[in-house]
Amino acid sequence: MHPAAVIETFGLRKQFGRTVAVEDLTVEIRSGEVFGFLGPNGAGKTTSIKMLLGLLAPTSGEARVLGARLGERAARGRIGFLPEHFRFHDCLTARELLRVHGRLYGLERRRIERRIDALLERVDLQDAADRRLAEFSKGMLQRAGLAQALIAEPELVFLDEPTSGLDPLGRVLVRDVIRELREQGTTVFLNSHLLGEVEATCDRVVLLKQGRLVRELPLQDRGAALEIELKIDRSDAQVLEGLRSFGEEVRASGELVRLRASSDEVIPHIARWLVSQGVAIYAIGSRRKSLEEWFMEAVGDDQRPG
Amino acid sequence: MRPYGVSVVARLTLLEARRRRITLAALAGGLACVLIFAVSVHLIAGTAAMRDAPLVVHRLQLQMLTIAGLYAVNFLIVAAAVLLPVDTLSGEIASGVMQTLAAKPVPRSSIVLGKFLAYWIMLAVYLAVLVLGVVLSMRLFGGFAQPHVPAAMALMLLEATVLLSIVFAGGVHLSTVANGVVGFAFYAVAFIGGWIEQIGVVAMRSVDARYIGTVISLASPADAVWRLALHVLEPPVMSQVLLTPFSAVSVPTPAMVWWTVAFVIAALSFAVVQFGRRAL
Repeated sequence: MHPAAVIETFGLRKQFGRTVAVEDLTVEIRSGEVFGFLGPNGAGKTTSIKMLLGLLAPTSGEARVLGARLGERAARGRIGFLPEHFRFHDCLTARELLRVHGRLYGLERRRIERRIDALLERVDLQDAADRRLAEFSKGMLQRAGLAQALIAEPELVFLDEPTSGLDPLGRVLVRDVIRELREQGTTVFLNSHLLGEVEATCDRVVLLKQGRLVRELPLQDRGAALEIELKIDRSDAQVLEGLRSFGEEVRASGELVRLRASSDEVIPHIARWLVSQGVAIYAIGSRRKSLEEWFMEAVGDDQRPG
Repeated sequence: MRPYGVSVVARLTLLEARRRRITLAALAGGLACVLIFAVSVHLIAGTAAMRDAPLVVHRLQLQMLTIAGLYAVNFLIVAAAVLLPVDTLSGEIASGVMQTLAAKPVPRSSIVLGKFLAYWIMLAVYLAVLVLGVVLSMRLFGGFAQPHVPAAMALMLLEATVLLSIVFAGGVHLSTVANGVVGFAFYAVAFIGGWIEQIGVVAMRSVDARYIGTVISLASPADAVWRLALHVLEPPVMSQVLLTPFSAVSVPTPAMVWWTVAFVIAALSFAVVQFGRRAL
């Protein structure tokens, strides 16, 4: 295992009867990384998280989390988990919920009380600290769930759809919490459908499709993610060949030529080169491909509902 | 890491039972029965027929009345042992609460044992309140002190523990309703087996009936333990002369107690092992 790898899986597979939920999942997540786990409904994201937490035994394959085998107790003490649609005994107050979870982690009483105060304030529930969960809205419940996931100051946090049920303010709060976790060096495993949020918070994402990992994309350094579009008077083989020295995936369609580059700094160079070749330029445009476009392209039309 | 698991889960379960007013509802229902019993004893003990009866008969009648009260307590404790914990595993698995709990650094066995301990404590307290309510009512209004109450109470608690362990074993894989049905069916089988044995032995002198009863008691020992409790409570003459719901004619051997303890351990172990393997 790589010394900085917090999670490492090798060919992890889960099958329910004849249905393969996760197939050959091999991934490495590094310490301090905010890692996005994307995929359409039923792609196997939650099943993967459950296997990594030891809630579900894999059919085959191997994995290590925080250097330990799946589900090992000592490692679970260093992990926080917010399940999708967080629920707990709704007769408890928010403060009692956090106290119970602090005790389940085996934390000392004074540390628990200190953490409770800090977390209730962080998730903006200090005014509702002594109200029962039964009286909470869905968003408040989700924020209480986020606080319980962080009570033991874990090294690794699994957040399964943490913003589901949250209003825009709640989403910003979760985004800020994830940023703070990154600053503290906590590794975050984020499963979310909200691509905008993933884009805003994650260092790297992988895409799962029908149980298989189909693509990986670094978001901090996205490589050749800038698409440059040129409207020029000729796009013969010589011009296209010359443009390949500035970027990747050069393709022509009539007067339009598109290529992918890592940075917009290349645009003036392209313009100068075209002019030197006697090519007339009518327009140059560039745009960065959004995560949503990348997602749709990778998932394909066959996964669209309906 | 400190072994907090069992006590934390037990305290959480007790708190939940209190907050959801489960214990309050059970106690209110039970105390209503005790109150009715106390009023009845007060009225019956004051009748001329009771007052004028010979001392031995008078004492026998009061003892019968006490056992009748404890018979009702037995049904309440059987119902409580099945109904109180019926959704504690299945309900939390279905709602997703168990995912949050099981992801914490506590062994899954601690979750099962902590919950079991909490419900066992609830049943013990419930049983103590009801039995003492009946016995003290008789002492106060009938002037009769029922002997061997602690031994009978221990046997009744063992009967409740059998049902509790069955509900825990069922709760790992069955839905809440299915688990309740299985829990009561388990008791019904024991109850019918017990009566086949009682009637067969007294009315038909049937060896086969005794065998059937014994086999059923081994498979489902709840009623056999209750008959042992009855045997402890009743005067020796009762089992010789009468076949009533409040007497034990065919008395299980004391070895049945050890069998029952082994049964509880086996059922609880099954629950722990199965829950440890279960996908959550």
